[in-house]
Amino acid sequence: MTEAVLELRDLHVTYRAAGVDVPAVRGVDLTIGPRDTLGLAGESGCGKSTIAGAVLRLLPRATRVEGEILLEGQDVLKLRPGKVRAVRWTTAAIVFQGALHSLNPVQRVGDQIAEAIETHARTRSRRTTTARVGELLERVGLPARRRREYPHQLSGGQRQRVLIALALACEPALLIADEPTTALDVMVQAQVLSVLEDLQRDAGLALLFITHDLSVLRSSCRRLAVMYAGRIVEEGPSGAVFDEPRHPYARALASAFPTIGDPASRYRPSGLAGDPPDPTALPTGCPFHPRCPVVVDDVCPSLDVRLRPAGPAREAACVHVGGDDDG
Amino acid sequence: MAEPLLSVRDVHVRFASRRGPVHAVAGVDLDVVPGEVLALVGESGCGKTTLIRSILGLVAPTSGSVTFDGHVVGRGHRRLRRLRRSVQMVFQDPTGALNPRHSLYESVAEGLRIHKVEGDEIGLVHDALSRAGLRPAARYAPRYPHEVSGGQRQRALIAGAMALSPRLLLADEPVASLDASIRGEILALMRGLVDDTGVSIVAVTHDLGLAWNIADRIAVMYLGRIVEIGATEDVIGDPQHPYTRALLSVVPELEAMERQILRGETPDPSRVPSGCRFHPRCPVVASGEAERLGILARCTGEDLALAPVPGAAPPDRVHAHLAACHAVSADATITAGGEGSAGATPG
Repeated sequence: MTEAVLELRDLHVTYRAAGVDVPAVRGVDLTIGPRDTLGLAGESGCGKSTIAGAVLRLLPRATRVEGEILLEGQDVLKLRPGKVRAVRWTTAAIVFQGALHSLNPVQRVGDQIAEAIETHARTRSRRTTTARVGELLERVGLPARRRREYPHQLSGGQRQRVLIALALACEPALLIADEPTTALDVMVQAQVLSVLEDLQRDAGLALLFITHDLSVLRSSCRRLAVMYAGRIVEEGPSGAVFDEPRHPYARALASAFPTIGDPASRYRPSGLAGDPPDPTALPTGCPFHPRCPVVVDDVCPSLDVRLRPAGPAREAACVHVGGDDDG
Repeated sequence: MAEPLLSVRDVHVRFASRRGPVHAVAGVDLDVVPGEVLALVGESGCGKTTLIRSILGLVAPTSGSVTFDGHVVGRGHRRLRRLRRSVQMVFQDPTGALNPRHSLYESVAEGLRIHKVEGDEIGLVHDALSRAGLRPAARYAPRYPHEVSGGQRQRALIAGAMALSPRLLLADEPVASLDASIRGEILALMRGLVDDTGVSIVAVTHDLGLAWNIADRIAVMYLGRIVEIGATEDVIGDPQHPYTRALLSVVPELEAMERQILRGETPDPSRVPSGCRFHPRCPVVASGEAERLGILARCTGEDLALAPVPGAAPPDRVHAHLAACHAVSADATITAGGEGSAGATPG
């Protein structure tokens, strides 16, 4: 078996806010192999972006991170700060949502990419760096000459492409994309998604794709993990999870985006009543039980179900899964 | 058929900018009847927000007219005030639209006070809050925006708008900033309000799923014009304009359609192409299909207006399926009213 690019073992992340512990991630196990794609879905506050921050050690200093984060076999949590910086671009790189705020407004975009290359690979000459910048821009579908432009001269979609090029500068094995298309127009979103898909296929990147939009993940990722209240509640092949979710929360999330043209969803918007739980005051038992449409009254409020097998290469954390009714 | 509540007639809005005149809205005709939901779909910069602002009387059309309930929306102060009670707006970002130092009660009551609505204020506010799903109202009324969730803030905004018993609600991307799970709840609330109170909604969105969930009709805008309009079933089931087809093809769930990712950025309304304004990005032109149909010269040189989709059974004027595409009319001449819109096979 080949070594996983990223492996999380029983990851716990606890923020410290106003003297109170806020458990954001509560025991997550995840594995992404080379060239694999995993989509991580869930609503605001479920802990999905915290995982991205933990992998690259980008979380506030007072945050407690426990468990193991293995990037190509190395435990990120045990690395010295200098080593973390090196890992951060060369092994795993991240693309955030707000492209405008992630770029330096007074530096040409090409220079920003060059800086990343030069910082991490000291052997390159100026000329090969320039050539490499052009090549990276072309790989994300921008003409090489755009390297002379400043961020404000580019549109939102183009800036997002620059960020992807920047993330690729040091040829990482893993690209983490945190809501990379959320603020973009549909057509531009489709353009950026296809850039990501091509890169993943051609450059052999592993991709961890984080978003609340399950429908985007279905087409761009091989596997899908759905998070709720700091834990993964369902994981499996993306088509199976999206089309036949086993956990009631995954089901609600999947039906939130209707199948356009399907008479069943015409005039029937589907949502989930209630609000995400407060991480400092999680419900007892299964944390989803207060919002759950199929709650079992004498079980769910007291039984904290962990992931259990739910079909081929699938797991879900729900009392309704497994045993005799597992079809 | 009921008389239109809102009529937009050949509205043009031009702005001056450093790069020359911007033709944000370039001749739009639109009717909204009582109790319907219309989704106005298009990319950033297509003029949908400017059109909405002209309906609210926030921007005066350069030419053309907007008529609401039989009265032309003009600059008269008193008339605008009355209009703004009947036409309410719900914005995309509920966090930005609510005053952080006002409780939800005060936010909802503000509109009642501005419009000097008679009656028991507490009763009206609580009624509006609970109709928007913030129940029990007495518990939510004293809370401040930061004390409630994003979905509840959007409900409070809708409560504020509905407290004035408007006849038309303009919603600008009402669920774009909300989590997936909350989205459906807010859409269900909006549709419920239409069914219960008979209010009409114009929802500006780039989300075709929203349209499928709640809209009776869809209008697709491109560069200041409506390029296709019709009943939701017609536009989604049998899209005519290549731009509509492209928009539908990039919806991630629709895997049956071959993805047509349009190249280039959202077009620039200060540089509108000649001929059909969509032709530089049009897949029908790029694939050589237009040349084969013998319409390439018209696509690149001849501007065109909305025309009825041939073959479709013509319902009343408001609900007709219209598209502005040379290929649609050329197709009809060739097949002589044949398969024009018989099949529901998009693409």
